[in-house]
Amino acid sequence: MMQKNQHDSSATLHRSIGEEGFPLLELGGRYTLAAMGRRLHALPAELARHAAEPGLRWDLRGIEQMDDAGAILLWRAWGSRRPDHLLLRPEQERLFSRMEAAPAPPAAVPRDAWWPMMMLGRGILLLWEHLVALVALIGQMLLDVRYLATHPARLPWREISANLYRTGAQALGITALVGFLIGVVLSFLSSRQLQTFGADIFIINILGISIIRELGPMLAAILVAGRSGSSMTAQLGVMRVTEELDALTVLGISHSQRLILPKVLALGMAMPLVVLWTSAVALLGGMIVAEIQLGLNHRFFLDKLPDVVPIANLWLGLGKGMVCGMVIALISCHFGLRIKSNTESLGAGTTNSVVTAITVVIIIDAIFAVVFSNVGLT
Amino acid sequence: MGKTCIIEVEGLHTRFGSHVVHRDISLCVRPGEVLALVGGSGSGKTVLMRQMLGLETPAAGSIRVFGESLHGHDREALQSLRNRWGVLFQKGALFSALSVYDNIALPMRELRTLSEGMIRDLVMLKLKMVDIGAEHAAKMPAELSGGMIKRIALARAMALDPELLFLDEPTAGLDPQLGEAFVKLIHAMRTELTLTIVMATHDLDTLVALSDRVAVLAEQRIVALGSLQEVAGMEHPFIASFFRGERGQKALGNTLS
Repeated sequence: MMQKNQHDSSATLHRSIGEEGFPLLELGGRYTLAAMGRRLHALPAELARHAAEPGLRWDLRGIEQMDDAGAILLWRAWGSRRPDHLLLRPEQERLFSRMEAAPAPPAAVPRDAWWPMMMLGRGILLLWEHLVALVALIGQMLLDVRYLATHPARLPWREISANLYRTGAQALGITALVGFLIGVVLSFLSSRQLQTFGADIFIINILGISIIRELGPMLAAILVAGRSGSSMTAQLGVMRVTEELDALTVLGISHSQRLILPKVLALGMAMPLVVLWTSAVALLGGMIVAEIQLGLNHRFFLDKLPDVVPIANLWLGLGKGMVCGMVIALISCHFGLRIKSNTESLGAGTTNSVVTAITVVIIIDAIFAVVFSNVGLT
Repeated sequence: MGKTCIIEVEGLHTRFGSHVVHRDISLCVRPGEVLALVGGSGSGKTVLMRQMLGLETPAAGSIRVFGESLHGHDREALQSLRNRWGVLFQKGALFSALSVYDNIALPMRELRTLSEGMIRDLVMLKLKMVDIGAEHAAKMPAELSGGMIKRIALARAMALDPELLFLDEPTAGLDPQLGEAFVKLIHAMRTELTLTIVMATHDLDTLVALSDRVAVLAEQRIVALGSLQEVAGMEHPFIASFFRGERGQKALGNTLS
């Protein structure tokens, strides 16, 4: 009902010849955003046409209601100045004098022709900044370790234990599921290939080496980087947003000692265990499929495994796990501490943290592969 | 027309679990007035305001804004209703991913009827209205002080020249001088535009400076409703401590005598 009413009294224009023979344009109705509605597409052109006519007298006194949008519509049609002949009511006078006082919008900054260079430079500087901050963080960790070695009573046991539970125990479910499925798929595909050569027995070598040396540690590290890394970054980020980090500082509690060191130590301890667990479950999956597909007895599988897979592979896998765990925790905390106190930065920081952690985990794996290329392979 | 209500609350009950917040509240906000909701913490003034905005659903009772139920299913009607009100949240609630300019331009762009040139002029006008210089237009909310955030949030609330404005603690978190300037700003807007304002506030100075009528929430209902003078004289423990306490007397001193 009300809606209809508004449309009926929407902005009107009436062109006529005034008493003294001058052309006269009388405006009426409601020049408000709500009342003009869809007509906003057509009105500007119509008004501009009238504005182009020289000597036209604009009479706005008949307008029932006009808001900022209505005033701007007219103002733009006039080319941001008053027409020569304008009749206004006092409250309209106020609207237009405000319009004259409005500041000009800031000019758009033209794009620098050197922007690709600038972008590249900025990227390199950012990378450098990250590296310096990471090295500083590692140095701080070492200082903390030295301090705690002489003050063992100050070791943050509770925090370490809580982190062990969160990053280790609570990760067992997802790593088992993923590990088992990968083991099943790997075993299934390999056994089909081996069957064609009649080399069924080598399934144990393939599964043993690939899972214990490579897949177990990598799967665990990538899952933990996604799961625990993101939560560590987000936790520190939220503490920054809510000023909890500042509250800790003014209480004289060191961030690195209470928040970061426990995470690094706990993940360094938890990761080898998670790796062991993931590898075991993946081997179990592979063994079950080998028994079904190839009829390889599981007792035989378990007996033969230590013979074909040198124990060095296991230590290599566990060592990788420990290094990856500590690096994931360090990177996550580094990004968490860099988050600024706004929500935008929180989201971006968490994404960057996970992406970086996973990339670095894979780089570490490649370095291990090169350095230990002569170890554990017959 | 003088008797119609912009907002009509009838028989409103609110419960959170077994905790009763409102018991049978009825209220009428008249066109053009400034109605202040007052009450101790936990008395449910913010909840009542959120219900008027359709952000929360009452357990029983109805709320009609511009004669329209907030829980209707007509999308178009609800949208056009929402274009007629503006809301100033307590902490501003500026979109942190958008610049100051884009924050104010967002409601205008959502209308899809305004040209980008017109939006630019309108945004600059709104910024001028809340006394923010053009040099701040490109800044992000994270770079602004609390007072600026409040003023820009008010500019966003006023983006579509609403007929109804909700203010949640408009002066909370501002220093007294800024608070006073903010009250003056709202006052000036009222004289220029026909505005109905509903505000929840703790601040007595704001209350004295702006409100036409005061609704006092206590004991799960509205215990008093009327002009500041009428309400301040009523017998009720909360009113006595709020309006006739030391702070209250100071703020009300001139108005009551």
